[in-house]
Amino acid sequence: MRSVSTIILQRLGLGVLTLIVVSLVIFCAVEMLPGDFAEAILGQGATPEAVTAIREQLGLDKPVVQRYLGWLGNAVTGDFGVSFARLNFASNFGASTNTTVVSVADQLKPRFVNTLFLAGVAASIAVPLSLIIGILAALYRNSVFDRVANVFTLTSISSPEFFVAYILILFLAVLNPILPSLSNIYETMDFGARLKATLLPALVLTLVVTAHMMRMTRAAIINLLASPYIEMARLKGLSPVRVILRHALPNALAPIINVIALNLAYLITGVVVVEVVFVYPGVGQLFVDSVKIRDIPLVQACCLIFAAAYVLLNLLADVMSIISNPRLRHPK
Amino acid sequence: MAIALWRALLIGGVLWLAAMMLPPLMSGGWDGLVAAASQQRLVRTIFWISVVLLIATIVSWVFRELLRRTMPEVIAKPMRHAPLTASFGLMIILLYVIVSVGAPWIAPYGEAEIFTKINVLPGGDPELGGDPSHFLGTDQIGRDILSRLIYGARNTVGIAFLTTMLSFLIGVTLGFLAATLGGWIDQGLSRGIDVLMAIPQLIFALLLMTIASEWSYRSGISLTWFMIVIIAVLDSTRVFRLARAVGLNIVVMDYIEAARVRGETLLHIVFKEILPNAFSPLLAEFGLRFCFVFLTIASLSFLGIGIQPPLADWGTMVRDLSQFINFAAYDPLTAALPLMAAGAIALLTVAVNFVVDWMLQNSSGLKE
Repeated sequence: MRSVSTIILQRLGLGVLTLIVVSLVIFCAVEMLPGDFAEAILGQGATPEAVTAIREQLGLDKPVVQRYLGWLGNAVTGDFGVSFARLNFASNFGASTNTTVVSVADQLKPRFVNTLFLAGVAASIAVPLSLIIGILAALYRNSVFDRVANVFTLTSISSPEFFVAYILILFLAVLNPILPSLSNIYETMDFGARLKATLLPALVLTLVVTAHMMRMTRAAIINLLASPYIEMARLKGLSPVRVILRHALPNALAPIINVIALNLAYLITGVVVVEVVFVYPGVGQLFVDSVKIRDIPLVQACCLIFAAAYVLLNLLADVMSIISNPRLRHPK
Repeated sequence: MAIALWRALLIGGVLWLAAMMLPPLMSGGWDGLVAAASQQRLVRTIFWISVVLLIATIVSWVFRELLRRTMPEVIAKPMRHAPLTASFGLMIILLYVIVSVGAPWIAPYGEAEIFTKINVLPGGDPELGGDPSHFLGTDQIGRDILSRLIYGARNTVGIAFLTTMLSFLIGVTLGFLAATLGGWIDQGLSRGIDVLMAIPQLIFALLLMTIASEWSYRSGISLTWFMIVIIAVLDSTRVFRLARAVGLNIVVMDYIEAARVRGETLLHIVFKEILPNAFSPLLAEFGLRFCFVFLTIASLSFLGIGIQPPLADWGTMVRDLSQFINFAAYDPLTAALPLMAAGAIALLTVAVNFVVDWMLQNSSGLKE
């Protein structure tokens, strides 16, 4: 019998391996660019001399393996290089002093905080809400409440995020001006104002994620309520509240934790579209903008951040469900 | 089931009404609510929503009766037990198919045809800045919006369908091969797919689209083609998982053993023996995957990196027309333009989901 720590260490090791493989995939994808970085920076009017110069400057003449290791090492220490747009700007306007060149990491940092704030607000509304609705729907299965919840969630899963976003804008920002339709976030904002500016995009994310989370919670609880020991508890004459809180909930914890972590991972994809709709200054918007102007270092960095968050959340779900489930904690 | 569903919709409507009443009640007390209701927006909205629901119910009922009575037995028989939601879904899908195939005949103008009058307001009333020949107005460079909405059905739905087909071709072939051959091929394919699935789909698609846009810029091939291939490959990972799981259950059957002993080729085993027996779960999955692909493509287009102009598509239209939503208080029709395109996307996904729900319930034997 292995101990819990061994299993968790094993999972963590697998997680790190996944991260490395993911970084490799991202690196290889960028290697598929026609020509290379140097030509991409200079664009159409590239002279051979300039291309060679930049190639040397960026170390593109080195072998692939060495470049990958160098890139990965830099990325781990938070150095994602300098974006093409900034490089171009610097080379055109002669800002040869390195102090004025803003690195990708500097661009990302404030936006990363903003995105975390948005995801945090969305999660803190969505998680309790969907758990309560999910548990209620499972308890009163096939009742009117369950059906309403079902139709509502099926509709909001089926609609694209921007549809939900514009519907909410229409009702909460245009027809009844309660919340701002554009998220104007700046550094010196106090918490209340920031929350107000973030609330509408967070509500959109909440709607989309709640639907998924609620359906999965409902399924997990229904599965559990069908088990014999719950029936036994009911036959003993326990009150429904006690059956749920004392008997069902401890065992439902593992699937519920899983559901929450998986859906927080789902938030990552949703955040991109929602940030664009509300012009929210987060990583997702920067990502889309840099994709449009083919700013490879930025795209690479954003992609790595999103993928890492995704992998880490999945890993967290894995570890948490091992800890909360005695059967997994003590495997035979 | 169907009755309960409509009852649920009704109660949902009441809840929604309560939610609508809350903001004016909170901001202005009872007087605020009266003021909001006196603008009649609330009353009007409820009225229109109930009218639309009623019409949808009646039309899908009529459609079901029509299918039951006039169609040959193959179609009529399952329709006898179909819930109204399923017939509604089928009807909407049929409608979309008709519009997308018949787009050149239905649309008043071509999708890329440019007129001299730009930003004509919808409504067709010349006194209010409209034009009778462009019922929904024209966009920022003078293309007829109604025509573009209709052509959007063909492009958006057609491209999503093509992508899903390609994704199934890749996923099913590889999945069945992994299931039949097993061993190292199975391991290699499965681990490779795991790696691809470790990166969120939209994020990976954005990365690949960046690289593809560089290629498309050099080669002159439209970015749309690259997008079809990228989304198909990324989505085929999910198809692969299902196809492999279904295939594993089939390869242990006696008839596969018999085929192997007969000395049939691998191709014959995969496509003639396994495929027909895996057809029904794959068909339901096709509906679901289509929804996902459709939404992914719409999202990409909305972000400006999906289907490229001059092709008309709904995602791009939502983005281009989105600022009109701010006129909702003055001109509802103009404000509805971006919602029409977005709603067209949502309606089709809901319809496909309804039909898939019904199919899954049929195949799993979960009758009421």
